[in-house]
Amino acid sequence: MSRTHVNCTINGDETDFLSESGGSLLNALRDDVGLMGVKEGCGTGDCGACSVLMDDRVTCACLIFAPEAEGRTIVTIEGLANADELHPLQQCFLEGAALQCGVCTPGFLMAAKALLDKNPNPTETEVRYALAGNLCRCTGYDKIIRAVLDAAEAMGEQA
Amino acid sequence: MTMTEDPTTAPSYKWVGSRSVRPDGLDKVTGKAQFGADLKLPNMLEGAVARSPHAHARIVSIDTSAAEAMAGVHAVITAADLPDLADAGSKTDDIFMSEKILARSKVLWEGHPVAAVAATSREIARAAADAIVVVYEALPHVLTVDEALADGAPVLHDAMITRGVEPAPEAASNAASRVVHERGDLDKGFADADTVLEREYTTKPVHQGYIEPHACVADANQDGRANLFVSSQGHFSLRAMTATTLGWSPSQLNVTPAEIGGGFGGKTTIYLEPLAVRLSAKSGRPVRLVMGRDEVFKATGPTSGSRMKIKMGVTNDGKITAAEVWMAFEAGAFPGSPVGAASMTAIACYDIPNFFVEGFDVVCNKPKVAAYRAPGAPIIAYGVESIVDELALAIDMDPIDLRLKNAAVEGTQASYGPEFPRIGFVETLEAIRDSEHYKSPVPEGYGRGVASGFWFNIGGNSTATVNINEDGNVNVIEGSPDIGGSRASMALFAAEEFGISVDRVSVKIADTQTVGFNDVTGGSRVTLATGKVVIDCCRSIKEDLRRRAAKTWDCEIDDVEWVEGQAQHVSGTETPLSLADLAAKAPRTGGPISVTQSENVRGAGAGFTTQLVDLEIDQETGVCRVARYTTAQDAGKAIHPSYVEGQMQGGVVQGIGWAFNEEYIHRSDGTLDNPSFLDYRIPVASDLPMIETIIVEVPNPNHPYGVRGVGEAGIVPPMAAIGNAIERATQCRLNNLPMSPIALLDAINRRG
Amino acid sequence: MDYLAPTTVAEAVDALAASPDSRVFAGATDLIPQIRSGRPEPGLLVDLKRIDRLNAVTEGDSSWTIGAAVPTSRLTEDPAFAGQFPGLSEAAGLIGSDQIQNRSSLGGNLCNASPAADSVPAMLVNDTRAVVATPDGTRTVNVDQVATGPGSTTLTGGEFIIEFEVDKPPANTGDAYIRMTPRTEMDIAVVGAGARITLDADGNCAEARVALGAVAPIALRVPDAEAALIGHPINDDTLAAVAAAASAACNPIDDKRGTIAYRQQVAGVLAKRAVKLAAARAAGTSTNGAHP
Repeated sequence: MSRTHVNCTINGDETDFLSESGGSLLNALRDDVGLMGVKEGCGTGDCGACSVLMDDRVTCACLIFAPEAEGRTIVTIEGLANADELHPLQQCFLEGAALQCGVCTPGFLMAAKALLDKNPNPTETEVRYALAGNLCRCTGYDKIIRAVLDAAEAMGEQA
Repeated sequence: MTMTEDPTTAPSYKWVGSRSVRPDGLDKVTGKAQFGADLKLPNMLEGAVARSPHAHARIVSIDTSAAEAMAGVHAVITAADLPDLADAGSKTDDIFMSEKILARSKVLWEGHPVAAVAATSREIARAAADAIVVVYEALPHVLTVDEALADGAPVLHDAMITRGVEPAPEAASNAASRVVHERGDLDKGFADADTVLEREYTTKPVHQGYIEPHACVADANQDGRANLFVSSQGHFSLRAMTATTLGWSPSQLNVTPAEIGGGFGGKTTIYLEPLAVRLSAKSGRPVRLVMGRDEVFKATGPTSGSRMKIKMGVTNDGKITAAEVWMAFEAGAFPGSPVGAASMTAIACYDIPNFFVEGFDVVCNKPKVAAYRAPGAPIIAYGVESIVDELALAIDMDPIDLRLKNAAVEGTQASYGPEFPRIGFVETLEAIRDSEHYKSPVPEGYGRGVASGFWFNIGGNSTATVNINEDGNVNVIEGSPDIGGSRASMALFAAEEFGISVDRVSVKIADTQTVGFNDVTGGSRVTLATGKVVIDCCRSIKEDLRRRAAKTWDCEIDDVEWVEGQAQHVSGTETPLSLADLAAKAPRTGGPISVTQSENVRGAGAGFTTQLVDLEIDQETGVCRVARYTTAQDAGKAIHPSYVEGQMQGGVVQGIGWAFNEEYIHRSDGTLDNPSFLDYRIPVASDLPMIETIIVEVPNPNHPYGVRGVGEAGIVPPMAAIGNAIERATQCRLNNLPMSPIALLDAINRRG
Repeated sequence: MDYLAPTTVAEAVDALAASPDSRVFAGATDLIPQIRSGRPEPGLLVDLKRIDRLNAVTEGDSSWTIGAAVPTSRLTEDPAFAGQFPGLSEAAGLIGSDQIQNRSSLGGNLCNASPAADSVPAMLVNDTRAVVATPDGTRTVNVDQVATGPGSTTLTGGEFIIEFEVDKPPANTGDAYIRMTPRTEMDIAVVGAGARITLDADGNCAEARVALGAVAPIALRVPDAEAALIGHPINDDTLAAVAAAASAACNPIDDKRGTIAYRQQVAGVLAKRAVKLAAARAAGTSTNGAHP
């Protein structure tokens, strides 16, 4: 069984790991790097629970072969907060009760971050379509959408 | 226990009813929260399950030698590694549970486990599972109640004689049981009606759809004990079921509840746990066993598909005089559909003097169904609330007025037996009738539909401990896995009872060795029952604190009051003693401050909801979009309004998916055609508007704060509300779920 | 599976020639789910994304060149491209969620050869060409020469698409792609319809192209619909003829996503809507997106 040595940047740190043959970036992040915040909901790109940023673009880690990460910059949920300060999205999710079981939350936060980085002032419809790739079964999405809109407003005031 | 507060006044609270940040929230937004698959133990192996490719077959032989010979494989198990509970004379339910976990002589659905493997990597475990050679003798299968009940249908269990039929049938069949509720004189009731409608409905199995697949880590020791880390809705119940399947005693297992990534009832049963423990015991190493998404669909309980026949009669001035309901629910491979609960909820919203409700539990070659949010009630409500709407149209009466005219109220004898105490059904109808949504005109080309729903809610066994730290802050230890935000409510109860800020309260859900027995998290029971024992702990501690203050001040306990977080002497002459003060003195006033309470809580209050939907309908393609949705639900008292809203909205959206798109699609060979989130289509964010919520508060007289469960009723009405909206816009009545674009366009074509 | 990320077309061609059990990929958004559902794993994965030419999007004087591995989100976010090809841009943008969009590519969407591929009807109506790398150099074919049936293409094991070429449309031209899915996102199209209309000075249709997806083993043009349009105004009569021709041209199947009857009927409805939207764009009067 061949393993591939991969060098990349994860959450700001230069990191390297050995990935299983044919393994996905999701498997590598969880099992080889130990970042359990990235969740597997389906393994086939249909639920978004494993959303991470790769070179500033939100993608499903389950649909990336681990060796593709070579030389890339990856950000997971563990890298969203700024040391001891939560990202406004995290704060708004907490205050807006935008999570219940929480298993979809890391994926939503990464997708929402990618949205607000690209489109700092989205409409409700734009938020809904940008997050259509993230499934939630608990909330019915209402409070998640509100929290993202609140975060956009908060970040706009900070800027 | 006797209530000391008058629940009919509307007290104002400082903490209960506020929107505090949930105690587990920070870990969940930072990725630190540990779910079932997130624990890594030293020396841990990975598991995989070998499953039947056939819907119905005899197992001729199982050859595990190739798997056992593979490098990296440390244990392989089959049913031979579990006790044969039939031989042991165990209860039938336990035997069926054990056969569900690992097939012994027959496989009963595609996906039925036949063996399991533990190996050094997931890749090797999967390869080894695939290398196990099972020889099957395929048998004919049945997939629906129609097929299962047909003359000459292949029988799944050859000793299954239908219970509830007099005289008992001679031959085995696939009808496991029959239940009946009746009252009055049905023929007279229909004779008294001016309009009688008769309709037939079908529904398909739908899955709870939790985003987290089942996962656990088992760590068995050589002394016959094991630790289990698992996402579950009820770790005590899981422990008992797992122990029975293993032939163990419950206390040989210590179960730690992981954070759970959704359950909705589907994680109140077991699938992987005995396999993981047995593999761990056999290999001597911890074993992680996680389902893939396809396994979740193929091998964990959806809720039932069904056929229902409903006949209802109404007078011209809107009195429903009679109801006849026949239903058959798919149980899957083993008995136990929610047809019993459905029979009880079917017409529970209404005061109907003459009725006959009959339900059959029917087995078929699909996964054994599991509980799904108000189990059974949404299915039968689809039929009942659709036909009620048709009656309203037939007599040209507003659908809310028709329901108000027949609504169950305090004193009504419920269709399932007991007399209703104070309930809030009428209030939910009025809330919708008076809402801005209902008063607004229906946009051109849209349809508007109304429906109502009921769920009993339950109490049950809960145990909690409250400890006061030396700094006066409060620890709550309870044993109800948190699927809806209940930890936040426990913190609010403690804050309110002690009169301290909620951020001085920590709440922990403890393992089976650390906290006393708790029933599952389900039945909308946790805020009620676990809340009650937490409240009782706090009240007992307050009495203890007053005693300690009295000792400090050398006075009588009756001279001490507890006010806003401190003990005060009624005369005002003593400096008050705060929780921190008393905690610091605890060793000198009687020792550590700690109370445990446990109770089998009764007095759950029934929950009702009424919902309103506007659909935008494209009559050229049959595609409907939910344009506006309002739900009114009686919560008794909303302890944490945001999480009450969250339960309401979550239930509604599951119902929307159930209405339009969700269904199990089987091929004729009995295999599942859509075991993925691509083709098992749950709603996505862009499908929906905001879900407007109206929390009605008609307090439950049997709870200190008036709480009624809210977790479940919300999923009961949406399918009928949507069907009613479709009819009102298109004059097409769809009586089969899901009401897909294909079904609607077909109906529109036939309408012309 | 072994993994290789060549940096030139030649290197990739050589790697494919040396390993018969190899498979190229860009976004892997079809490949990984297929492997997970039991399709045999290739021995060698050849990642095309490090080859500059396959990642480039270039606007020339008379045509655009789009690298086969370019993530479709780059196309939808390119205002110049989206402005000239709103339909093709929208179609590319309907392939899955934002997460999928940052990985999916026109090359993958075409060569995976799903009958329901969203970009293909829009590529067809724009006469898109594919530049194929072969062991002996390159060959250029119209995209309608690539897919032959579900999951199969005319490309041999040693070939892959380098880039796509699409000529800039003439003046007074608009394109559109509309699809039917049960949900608003995340679904495989049950029916897809692409259209491209060029109007003459009188507002009549001078050129028409209509293509359907998900209603036959491969996406197909509908010559009868096109004939009904050319030389005529876009009115209820011509649109009805378009719809009838589209329904008649279908050769769909019953599957878990749709029935034959449904696909036939809705193909007509969507062909009509796509033509109407393309014509509105051609006339410069449209402001809408293409959600049906």
